[in-house]
Amino acid sequence: MSALAAAAGPALVNATRFRAAHAADWERLEQLVARIERRSIRALDDEELLALPLLYRTTLSSLAVARETSLDRALIAYLEQLSTRAYFQIYGVPTSPWRQLRGFFARGWPAAVQALWRETIVAALLGIAGAIVGYLLVRSDPGWFYGIVGEGMAAGRDPSASAEKLRATLYDGQGDMLATFATFLFTHNAQISIFAFALGFAFAVPTILLLVYNGLMLGAMLAVFVPKGLGVGFAGWLAIHGTTELFAITLSGAAGIRIGTAIAFPGRLTRSEAAVRAGRSAAATMGGTVLMLAVAGLLEGIGRQTLLADGARYAIGLVMLAGWLAYFYLPRRRDALAGPL
Amino acid sequence: MRWPGRSSPSGPRSMTRRFVTPEGVDLRLELASAGDRAAAFIIDGALIVLTLIAVTVLLLFLMIATRGRAELVLIVWLLGSFVLRNGWFALFEMGGRGATPGKRIIGLRVVARDGARLTGGAVLARNAMREIEVFLPLSFLGYQGSQGPADGMLTLFALAWTGIFLFFPLFNRDRLRVGDLIAGTWVVRTEKRRLADDLVAGVERPRRAFSDAALDLYGVYELQALEDVLRAGKEDAIAAVAAAIRTKAGLPDEGDDHAFLQDYYAALCVRLERGLLVGRRRADKFAKT
Repeated sequence: MSALAAAAGPALVNATRFRAAHAADWERLEQLVARIERRSIRALDDEELLALPLLYRTTLSSLAVARETSLDRALIAYLEQLSTRAYFQIYGVPTSPWRQLRGFFARGWPAAVQALWRETIVAALLGIAGAIVGYLLVRSDPGWFYGIVGEGMAAGRDPSASAEKLRATLYDGQGDMLATFATFLFTHNAQISIFAFALGFAFAVPTILLLVYNGLMLGAMLAVFVPKGLGVGFAGWLAIHGTTELFAITLSGAAGIRIGTAIAFPGRLTRSEAAVRAGRSAAATMGGTVLMLAVAGLLEGIGRQTLLADGARYAIGLVMLAGWLAYFYLPRRRDALAGPL
Repeated sequence: MRWPGRSSPSGPRSMTRRFVTPEGVDLRLELASAGDRAAAFIIDGALIVLTLIAVTVLLLFLMIATRGRAELVLIVWLLGSFVLRNGWFALFEMGGRGATPGKRIIGLRVVARDGARLTGGAVLARNAMREIEVFLPLSFLGYQGSQGPADGMLTLFALAWTGIFLFFPLFNRDRLRVGDLIAGTWVVRTEKRRLADDLVAGVERPRRAFSDAALDLYGVYELQALEDVLRAGKEDAIAAVAAAIRTKAGLPDEGDDHAFLQDYYAALCVRLERGLLVGRRRADKFAKT
């Protein structure tokens, strides 16, 4: 019992005794938390950092005791909000952005991609199947081309175009505005990648449609170039950035499929548990594909317009593919401290 | 299982959720209501649009000033608008505050449902889903605008379909967006309170004494309602409550309602706390003494 309460006569209720004994600790914690909230954890010096968890536990135990022994609602509400604020500053704050980024590139991203291997194969097969169907359809009846590839997308590269004109689209650099073009391609593709991920929520059906449609367009374009003897050139034109870009689209499609299937078929987990488990790692994969698409945009907008030889285009495309595959799938040392992203 | 019409102690529509810390104490988080969430989103949306306009105007001035560096300006604009659209929510929520400016203004915070750290993957997941919650309906609306009413039924169907995602928080108890569902997060209210004064301490005068019968009238619920009345300090409310208690307990009116209520509060509090010590919590006036 403190001197303050004694001076005013014996304390009548527990809340009074309790406030007198611990209010100083609560106020100190409140000050520290308010400073962290205003700036960051770096606002505290060493001594205060050491005191923070102790004060937090004192306050938390005050809350537990107050709930059982005191009827002062204002006191309990105060302790609740203070404990909650302190809890989030101690347990809920993410690690520093740089450590998160390092963890993402060193472990989180490859691990998330590896975990999606089944879906990645399915997504790749869907794309390939789409490409084969698209190719066969357009070869059998060129009219299909206009149904598959939009006017704007084709930009004159349709079955009626002459071989010279098609050749020009492959080997004539646009010259100016290269970087702008690259940026536009990147933002456009990245938006589609995020979209493919998000649409997975609808039981993966729209994601699958998107992947198949992507393949159909590819096949239809192939069917335009191959009969004119430009198949090798078109593949090289596509490969320089396409290995990165198509891989990225496949991965984000796989991420969408993972979410959709986790919700549709949660297995032994509850539906929401399955959704969370799939969602977090799939989102890490999707976040990474935005980066891959930035690389693809650079290769497409700048690399392709400056490198006109088929050989160089193939070489870069294959090196990029090998690099991505090695980065994602090569087994690496397991880190005991590795946490899920 | 909750039956219709049956009320649990916290009320059927309570937004308070159990949230047990590693130390084993339930913090009783209060979830944000759908209205709070919508308000925060509208503020964020307005801020995004304002930022976009400001950046665009600034870049236009730059373009005029530099004459001819249009390409660089265009690249900055393209990247900037991409980051604004996809990064505004995610980058702010990845920061230590776990909230976008809109959420901070309303007093909300994103929290992992399991109480663990809010990871980058979770933040990315919950915000990538805005793509189908917000931008998909918007783009269908835009499409409808550009195409005229020809594809009316199709657009209607598309709007209904995307409406499911948009209004998803209204269809579940925890006000989870689709993104929250996938990311394992929810949005809670954060409030700052000051420690209110002790109602019992600091009274120097002799207190009134009450009979057991007078103190047996009420339980914890009424005690805390009385606490609210005393803290609010409204004269008419205090007079009304004091009159009601006097009538019910059969006490004479000696004036000074505020002091009377203070003393009654202290006496009732002592009596109920004594009950707590032996494990008897009298919830309200209907409970047995």
